[in-house]
Amino acid sequence: MQRGHMRAPARALFVAALCGLMLLASGMAFAQAPSPPGQALAFDRAKGNCLTCHDIKGGDSPGNVGPPLADMKQRFPDREQLKAVIVDETRRNPSTVMPPFGRNLILTNQEIEAVVDFLYTR
Amino acid sequence: MKRPGSTVRTASLISVLAMLIAAAARPAIAAETIDPAADFRAFRDYFTKKFPDVPLNDFVNGPASMDADLRRQWQSIDDFPPYDFAVERGKQMFATPFANGKTYGDCFADKGIGIRQNYPYFDQTGGEVVTLELALNRCREANGERPYSYVKDEMASLTAYMAFTSRGKPFDIKIPNDPRALAAYQKGEQYFYARRGQLNFSCAGCHVQNPGNHIRTEVLAPALGLLAAMPIYRSEWNGMGTISRRFVTCNSQVRGVPLAPQDELYRDVEYYLSYMGNGLPVAGPGARP
Repeated sequence: MQRGHMRAPARALFVAALCGLMLLASGMAFAQAPSPPGQALAFDRAKGNCLTCHDIKGGDSPGNVGPPLADMKQRFPDREQLKAVIVDETRRNPSTVMPPFGRNLILTNQEIEAVVDFLYTR
Repeated sequence: MKRPGSTVRTASLISVLAMLIAAAARPAIAAETIDPAADFRAFRDYFTKKFPDVPLNDFVNGPASMDADLRRQWQSIDDFPPYDFAVERGKQMFATPFANGKTYGDCFADKGIGIRQNYPYFDQTGGEVVTLELALNRCREANGERPYSYVKDEMASLTAYMAFTSRGKPFDIKIPNDPRALAAYQKGEQYFYARRGQLNFSCAGCHVQNPGNHIRTEVLAPALGLLAAMPIYRSEWNGMGTISRRFVTCNSQVRGVPLAPQDELYRDVEYYLSYMGNGLPVAGPGARP
């Protein structure tokens, strides 16, 4: 038997313990994790402010000018389409009251991507 | 046998056809014609059809006319109106002479009592829209007094009192047959429907397209009768505000650049919007969330 080499059963035990630790760590991370960055952007009055017009699960006192934002994966299977609504919905619907978040630089492209990530969790 | 008058009839038919051809060549002719009376009918029809259960005179109550919960809140607030103080103060100001011995009443018809429904009007001498707020400051300046801020405090007290003495009187905004008055009306109308600010909202986006809908917990007021309850005590402001204040804050809220209070364009907007509310009763001063 060479030094530095565990026997097979010991190695299996070690790997299992490591996996357990990782699971525990990720579980802790999940419990402590703040909401995804997109949620903060979506709810922030100075940023996305989506709740002013849309009901979103997890948000308080939503408005109802626009439709509730739920089942987003089914409604927008194409990520680019959902992004386009946020970037500038007036291109598709000229009479919309939805602010053109991308065109008018209300959110950066990176922020819009984060909001889209968040919306796909709803 | 030719019937009498058939020649005339043929001639008029030809002229009608000629007009139709001319109209076809200029499809935008209707849009270019300023017709406040037709606008008024279309505007009112839009709201009465959209809200068939709201009595016409109730539109002046703004968000409360759109929402049962808000109506209850508003009614309980109105038992002890938060604008009472402003009305009392305005009444005292009206009764107190300027340094030269004259009073506000000397500047207005009927001593300024029960005249809110006639403002704003188009002044054909000066060629501009004169609002109540502008008339009050001009009155002060003509009598050697410094003008007040247009947005709150003394100005809100004076207009609160003048509105209070006019409650229930139907708005009677006139557009004289004067191209300058029609131009002012049209500029106000264009401003009302034009988008602005980083958020890209027009006045109409909220108050024509979305009255009764909620933005967060707020209920958007209908454009019909939108100014009838001005000035208002607004809980959000923790105090009174004039029409000028409302216009400035609306522009700021859509992240636009507000005009100066009583800018000519703001007065034109007030002219347009007040004309659209003709016939509705004065309800000021009002209370809003």
